[in-house]
Amino acid sequence: MQIMRHELLLIVITVILLIVEIFLPNTGKHKIILPAILLMAAVTIIGFIPATPGILFGGMYQSTPFTVLLKNILNLGVLIVFIQSVDWLKQDQNREKVSEYFLLILSTLIGMNFMISSGDFLMFYLGLELATIPIAALAAYERFKEKSAEAGVKLIFTSALSSGILLYGLSMVYGTTGTLYFSDIAPLINGAPLQVLAFIFFFAGMAFKISLVPFHLWTADVYEGAPVNVASYLSVISKGAAVFIFTIILYTVFYKIAELWSEVLYIIIILTITIGNLFAMRQQNLKRFLAFSSIAQAGFILLGIIGQSQLGMTTVVYFVLVYIFSNLGAFGVVSIISNRTGKETMDDYDGLYRTNPNLSLVMMLSLFSLAGIPPLAGFFGKFFLFTAAAEKGYYILVLIALINTIISLYYYLLVIKAMLLNNSDRPIGYFKSDLYTRIGLIMCVIGIVVVGFTSSVYEMIFNLGFGLY
Amino acid sequence: MSFLTLFIIIPALTVIGILLCKKHMQVKWTAVVGMGLQLILAIGLIFLFLAERRSGNMDEILFIQDNVWYQTLNIHFFIGVDGVSVAMIGLTALVVFAGIFASWDIADLPREFFTSLILLASGVFGFFISLDLFTMFLFYELAVIPMYLLIGIWGSGPRHYSAMKLTLMLMGGSALILLGILGLYFNSAPDGGPLTFDLIQISKIQIPVDAQLFFFPLLFVGFGVLGALFPFHTWSPDGHASAPTAVSMLHAGVLMKLGGYGCYRVAVFLLPEAAHQLGWIFLILATIGVIYGALGAVWQKDLKYINAYSSVSHCALVLFAILIFNETAMNGAIMQMISHGIMTALFFALIGMIYGRTHTRYINEMGGLMKVMPFLAVAYVIAGLASLGLPGFSGFVAEMTIFVGAFQKIGTFYRVATIIAASSIVVTAVYILRVVGILLLGKITNPEYETITDAKWYDKISVVALIFGITLIGLAPLWLSDMITGGLGPIMQKLLAVAPILN
Repeated sequence: MQIMRHELLLIVITVILLIVEIFLPNTGKHKIILPAILLMAAVTIIGFIPATPGILFGGMYQSTPFTVLLKNILNLGVLIVFIQSVDWLKQDQNREKVSEYFLLILSTLIGMNFMISSGDFLMFYLGLELATIPIAALAAYERFKEKSAEAGVKLIFTSALSSGILLYGLSMVYGTTGTLYFSDIAPLINGAPLQVLAFIFFFAGMAFKISLVPFHLWTADVYEGAPVNVASYLSVISKGAAVFIFTIILYTVFYKIAELWSEVLYIIIILTITIGNLFAMRQQNLKRFLAFSSIAQAGFILLGIIGQSQLGMTTVVYFVLVYIFSNLGAFGVVSIISNRTGKETMDDYDGLYRTNPNLSLVMMLSLFSLAGIPPLAGFFGKFFLFTAAAEKGYYILVLIALINTIISLYYYLLVIKAMLLNNSDRPIGYFKSDLYTRIGLIMCVIGIVVVGFTSSVYEMIFNLGFGLY
Repeated sequence: MSFLTLFIIIPALTVIGILLCKKHMQVKWTAVVGMGLQLILAIGLIFLFLAERRSGNMDEILFIQDNVWYQTLNIHFFIGVDGVSVAMIGLTALVVFAGIFASWDIADLPREFFTSLILLASGVFGFFISLDLFTMFLFYELAVIPMYLLIGIWGSGPRHYSAMKLTLMLMGGSALILLGILGLYFNSAPDGGPLTFDLIQISKIQIPVDAQLFFFPLLFVGFGVLGALFPFHTWSPDGHASAPTAVSMLHAGVLMKLGGYGCYRVAVFLLPEAAHQLGWIFLILATIGVIYGALGAVWQKDLKYINAYSSVSHCALVLFAILIFNETAMNGAIMQMISHGIMTALFFALIGMIYGRTHTRYINEMGGLMKVMPFLAVAYVIAGLASLGLPGFSGFVAEMTIFVGAFQKIGTFYRVATIIAASSIVVTAVYILRVVGILLLGKITNPEYETITDAKWYDKISVVALIFGITLIGLAPLWLSDMITGGLGPIMQKLLAVAPILN
């Protein structure tokens, strides 16, 4: 019981919400919002109570203080996503399917938790599928909008394709080693050609989920078509969970061919950061803009993985945490503005500071954090990522990444320029955002400011992850 | 806990105070109180420092505070000062204080303006007191970013373009610095042991020469971008011309000094071997910068552009002096930073005030201003004379020291470079006296100017404070130069160890 606490708690609240949903009348479905958020908050808080580490199902499931930490980070992110989506869920067209939103997201979260705790590839694959398929339904949530339906279809097709590729890779792993357990596979990895092929397939499958170049083509379209809150969920939680398990598997299963995968990563990092950035520069729609920016950010995260050290591992987790706060802050602002005014392009944001100073400030802080400007958390995250990569001697790679931070600063400044510098004849009028949105954004801002200043978060991750690498 | 921390705490509290203010006047007075305290603190620091030295405390760094911040990476919050940083802190406090009064007229979003300005100042203060490369870098970037908003929102002319160009170029420089810092970090423990960002500790060890040769150009160019190293100076004229008055003052007066100080404190100090081997390349660039900036100023018609190019020339002279690698010239470099900081701040303040009255910055459209605004005009003449190095003002002391030091250096290459750089003094006289002649003397060309008024009280505070600084250094330079020389000991030791016959 104790060992699987995170998953069990999530299953329990999912069931509770499902039962509550049955008894709510069709016109009153939105009443589920508050209990759902409170339950999620409770789960998040309980998650921080130290759990007993252990192994279940003969090694298929393992729980360590480190996996607990990862799950807590995801829980926290989902809580913020829930809080931020209230304003959108209360809109008339969404009223009768509010509960589905929570149920689907919770089931993907359960999938992610199993995935992170998996001790063999079967559990990993089950978790991955559970974490992916419901999101396609969510992307098509606003089914009356053509783009939303398109996003759902695109997501399900690409997910199916990537899962297929991944599974093919896993079957080759099984073929060469005769087992699916991580701990049994690891010593048998010897860099045989078939294993290399298996790794490449596995890598391609994961690259789809993390949306690395050249497997990123679905990202912008899906983010643009999906509702803003689903896009933000996709860009931080889904991506974060995939990065976590990707790191764990690279470090625990494929560590013997680290030389191979660091070469692959080297190229993928350069491609991802550069192409993500170059495309982000030209975007007018802020959802697409954030989509490409999140592709570039994923490239930066890989810098920590290529470091192949305790430092790199810690920094990856730390950066994902920072990235959750920063990206959710930006998406939160885009979401509330899109809900209230329907405006999503950069030109619409002209002069926003004069009418809605607080929203602009949150947006500015989030973007500065994404760009890595001190004293915000993003600065520390980026600095440590560069340190991790430089430790291995990848100075040229770090230089390329650094040049890319300048490019990224340029396009983040474009949004800030629109909000603060430009004046507009028809700016977005003043509106008062609801309590939930404000709480969500304040949580993000606190995260952005505090996580960097207090070194304790970083030290905690470092100590928990000790010995994993 | 050292009282140096107050240099960061006071600006932080001032920013919070300003954000809580509702009224325009409250905002300004909060800023004045905060930065006034900072100025008092800086003066107090100078006296305390001199007293410590006089009482025989010859430690390399005084008023140390060392707290562990990120244990894993051995990042410390490590602060302390030597003679050079005390001088820079004094300069910063003076210019920021004057800058607050020079921007008394800001009407649009004053709260945001003063918040950004003081954030910038806190970055600069933090940079000068840091002795840990990580925090140094953090404060460096913190000082650069508010410039974007300050120029973009309150600037004039092609402000969006200038702001973006300036920010991206400076951040490009900081990217190089970051790589250099990482290089230093991973070479900071050649015998095993924990890696460190501690500047003093790194200065005590011998970094492998091939690593030095790789990272020295990165660090020198990185800081050099901010120090207006030719050909990376192009952000400077555009940025200064578009910036509002106080921002030009702070930027030319203080922020550009971060570049020179970084070259001195990080690049040359920690990588002396590479500095010795590669210094000549940058010496050529700096010499070109000196003469190019001066000639550029001659051709300009816009007051701010004239002064921006003159800043390029004077800041290049700082880098030139650092690269001479002898004690006299190094001393002159620091003196020049202080002197030019105050002088150029005075210039930009006056230009802002003149522009506020005449609504043009083109010298050909103005004339005879001495008659209608004698106070500002006289102040302008003083600034001009200080700039061209008239004895009695700070510019003379600084340039004299630099060129005396440079002529001590033996070798045709250095002699030629010195002669070229020294000839910029003549060019400086040309553009300064030309402006003074056209702008201030003669008849009033535009009848509208008959009615304009002279400086207001807040203008006067700003101007008088800065003129006081110039003349104080000009008439009594010895205390400052002694203080600086005391701080130069460690770097000279390292340089002499590399090449004993540097003189």
